[in-house]
Amino acid sequence: MRYYDKLVFELSKSGRTGYSLADNGCKGYEMNLPAALERAEAPMLPEVSEVDVVRHYTNLSQMNFGVDTGFYPLGSCTMKYNPKINEEIASMPAFLGLHPLQAEYTVPGVKEIYEGIDRSLAAITGMEHFTFKPCAGAHGELTGLMIIREYHISRGDLKRTRIIVPDSAHGTNPASAAVCGLEIVEVKSNADGLVDVNDLKPLLDDTIAGIMMTNPNTLGLFEKDIREIADLVHAAGGLLYYDGANMNPLIGTVRPGDMGFDVMHLNLHKSFSTPHGGGGPGSGPVGVCHKLVPFLGVNVSGFHGNFGVILRAYAYILMLGRQNVRLCGKLAALGANYIKESLKDVYKLPIESVCKHEFVFDGLVNDGARDGKEGATTLDVAKRLLDYGYHAPTIYFPLLFHQAIMIEPTETESKETLDEFIEVMRRIAAEAAENPDILHGAPHNTPIGRPDETAAARNPILKIQDECAC
Amino acid sequence: MAAFPYFPQTDGDIRQMLDRIGVKSLDDLYSDVPDGFLYKGEYDLPDAMSEQQVRDFFEGMAARNPHLTVFAGAGAYDHYTPAVIPYITQRSEFLTAYTPYQCEISQGTLRYIFEYQSMICTLTGMDVSNASMYDGPTAAAEAMRMAVSCAKKKNTVLLSDTLFPHVRNVVGTYARYYGVKIEMIDQKDGQTSLESLKALMEGGDVAGVIVPSVNRFGIVEDLTGFGETVHAAKALFVQYCDPSALAVVKTPAEWGADVAVGDGQPLGIPLCYGGPYVGFMACRKDYMRKLPGRIVGETRDAAGRRSFVLTLQAREQHIRREKATSNICSNESLMALWVTVYLSLMGSQGMRKVNEESYKGAHYLCDALLATGKFQKVFDAPFLKEFVLKPLVPVEQLQRKLYDAGIFGALETEDGFVSFCVTEKRTKAEIDRLVGIIKEC
Repeated sequence: MRYYDKLVFELSKSGRTGYSLADNGCKGYEMNLPAALERAEAPMLPEVSEVDVVRHYTNLSQMNFGVDTGFYPLGSCTMKYNPKINEEIASMPAFLGLHPLQAEYTVPGVKEIYEGIDRSLAAITGMEHFTFKPCAGAHGELTGLMIIREYHISRGDLKRTRIIVPDSAHGTNPASAAVCGLEIVEVKSNADGLVDVNDLKPLLDDTIAGIMMTNPNTLGLFEKDIREIADLVHAAGGLLYYDGANMNPLIGTVRPGDMGFDVMHLNLHKSFSTPHGGGGPGSGPVGVCHKLVPFLGVNVSGFHGNFGVILRAYAYILMLGRQNVRLCGKLAALGANYIKESLKDVYKLPIESVCKHEFVFDGLVNDGARDGKEGATTLDVAKRLLDYGYHAPTIYFPLLFHQAIMIEPTETESKETLDEFIEVMRRIAAEAAENPDILHGAPHNTPIGRPDETAAARNPILKIQDECAC
Repeated sequence: MAAFPYFPQTDGDIRQMLDRIGVKSLDDLYSDVPDGFLYKGEYDLPDAMSEQQVRDFFEGMAARNPHLTVFAGAGAYDHYTPAVIPYITQRSEFLTAYTPYQCEISQGTLRYIFEYQSMICTLTGMDVSNASMYDGPTAAAEAMRMAVSCAKKKNTVLLSDTLFPHVRNVVGTYARYYGVKIEMIDQKDGQTSLESLKALMEGGDVAGVIVPSVNRFGIVEDLTGFGETVHAAKALFVQYCDPSALAVVKTPAEWGADVAVGDGQPLGIPLCYGGPYVGFMACRKDYMRKLPGRIVGETRDAAGRRSFVLTLQAREQHIRREKATSNICSNESLMALWVTVYLSLMGSQGMRKVNEESYKGAHYLCDALLATGKFQKVFDAPFLKEFVLKPLVPVEQLQRKLYDAGIFGALETEDGFVSFCVTEKRTKAEIDRLVGIIKEC
């Protein structure tokens, strides 16, 4: 990757244009807005030619790492390969030109696609039906919690305004609950990294709306006591929410509906192969069990959800079919366990157990600390990986460990890719043991080194004009 | 192993990996799953398709939705998408990248978001923009929550009746569960009524007010006196905007608004049956730390190179959990790139031209429709590309007739009017054809 220092505004030259628009021929109707309704000055947008734009963004793209560039061992994010046929389908002009308010009789093909993916996701998860309005995972969580609240409200059970969230949960869980007007009650993990059933029992009373669970949890461990937990929560009148962020290892193996979950979301941009796009668009369809179907109509986004993302996910599901779906989760678990077993002598494995799609190390076995010399941290390991051409794992999450390194390979990576990654992780561990300073200074081979994030927050420069003012 | 292009493991690979792990079979990796939970049944899915079969399937589905020439808006607009945009946004370095947490290998994403924020700020006149929201309606819902959070003790947010229904509905949904009271400001002559606003403010519990810039009747609202009225009650003034129109109409900052929200779709994003789009959200500097979502800031690395990072993260869910300003995590980053490339190509001249052509087409159509005698004028107020008329013929018959001719238009509003929208994509010939069909109704 090469450092490139331009912003598109800096390419601007008065009089250049990057567009071509025809005159529509409606003479005598020139724009004539009252002056009081017009803006005083034109917006300060760049004036650049088409080739300027293409070169600029091509140069920017070359400072970026994507799944097509290399391996992402990024825990909780399921960075699987994004099939190219999906892009072709999502780009079909016949789909791009459809207006969201067209009457149903004008879009029978779209209707069939929504029905088809609904049936498919129901088959994979054991849920009854899905809503496709949520635009991302956290949006799905919020939608699912709204459905849980609506269920209780419909029964006149108005005091159920508290939700149980494990201490190992993704940060979006408590945040979504708060946006949904729910009070968060935390349940602790036990020494095995699982929800502590003894800690859970006293929390269950008639103010509990439900529990949000991630299974396998954020340590990549299967919540073995899920049957007992489901029985306890249901007996107390609560509902079970399944955070689908970790659904990948269960695709083709275990169905959340069978485990007793009442509501769940899926991240189509994780488990169903649609690209992350540098942070979105995603899609977070929410599935519910039979008794919650009447509440599925909750109105959480403008139209019909991210149709373009839904198309991609459905294409992937049709490629998988009933045959390949069987292997998806298992191969994901295979890769994760393979890396774990290959590295646990040099990285601390806090909980010895078979994992699912991901697992968590708690820093280096030997961080190289000696004679007042600071040892290498998890951040250092992550940054050193960038030098070797890998994306970093998820770090410092879950919060249960101080030096958490969370690794998730996904089923789309070959044994050779995993072997090379293992080799590099071992080399980094050896570097740390020998001279942690190599890691402290990393990355060395990227377009920029570690930036001053403190300065960025202390003196926020958030747009081009702020920069000029400095 | 059956041949499948996305699973690279051979039978030999699987064997060797299982040996390293020390288990006998893939099923052994699920030995911790209690009895009865491993799904033994047949998955009710179609047989696996080849890539060609998948393409054929979707081509078949696409062909079942006849192509229509769009004369409707109502929150989703058929503006032209220059060829450069899909070309750039399909680059895998942008498309397949993760959220730019690892800034050293994400400068491409971080730079375009910084440019996007700069462009949203210049369009709205605001000081700070976030990196994107899901869509316009959810951005408005976040503004509603932001207003309540800024006001602390006050708990009512006012929505103008002239906001599009899909915006009001989503804000209403969020408010219902967050526990915020929503009250509606009446409209008068197709515009948000200042008198109604003043009367509602007297309740004393108003934390925020959301009004449109260009409203659901297509009218460019005159918001004289709104800023003063809202601020006198120490409430947050939020404006919901069409960002394409903001290239020519008075900005939220000029109207005295504190927060600007809206949908970025009119900025070169295809209709695509409603998504993915991109919500934008920008505010005055005073409210920077209350703004939800990611924000990119500029800084330097140790070698002094200009660098961009995600900043002010103490507002966000992965740090603050339930105390975060929002639960948003994934946003619509790639769609922010669509907008950024679009605005780079168009510049302010191009944006003006888009508005001028749309205006000309819409006003020409409006006159021509009135001349058919099938409609009555409803409002006498300035509009840009969208307008409503009172139909004198049955709406369903009108829509059906247009549909049979390959046209989508005459969208019915909740007041029993019909709306039409003309963008720069529509030619005079297309408009004349639409009018010709309606004449026969």
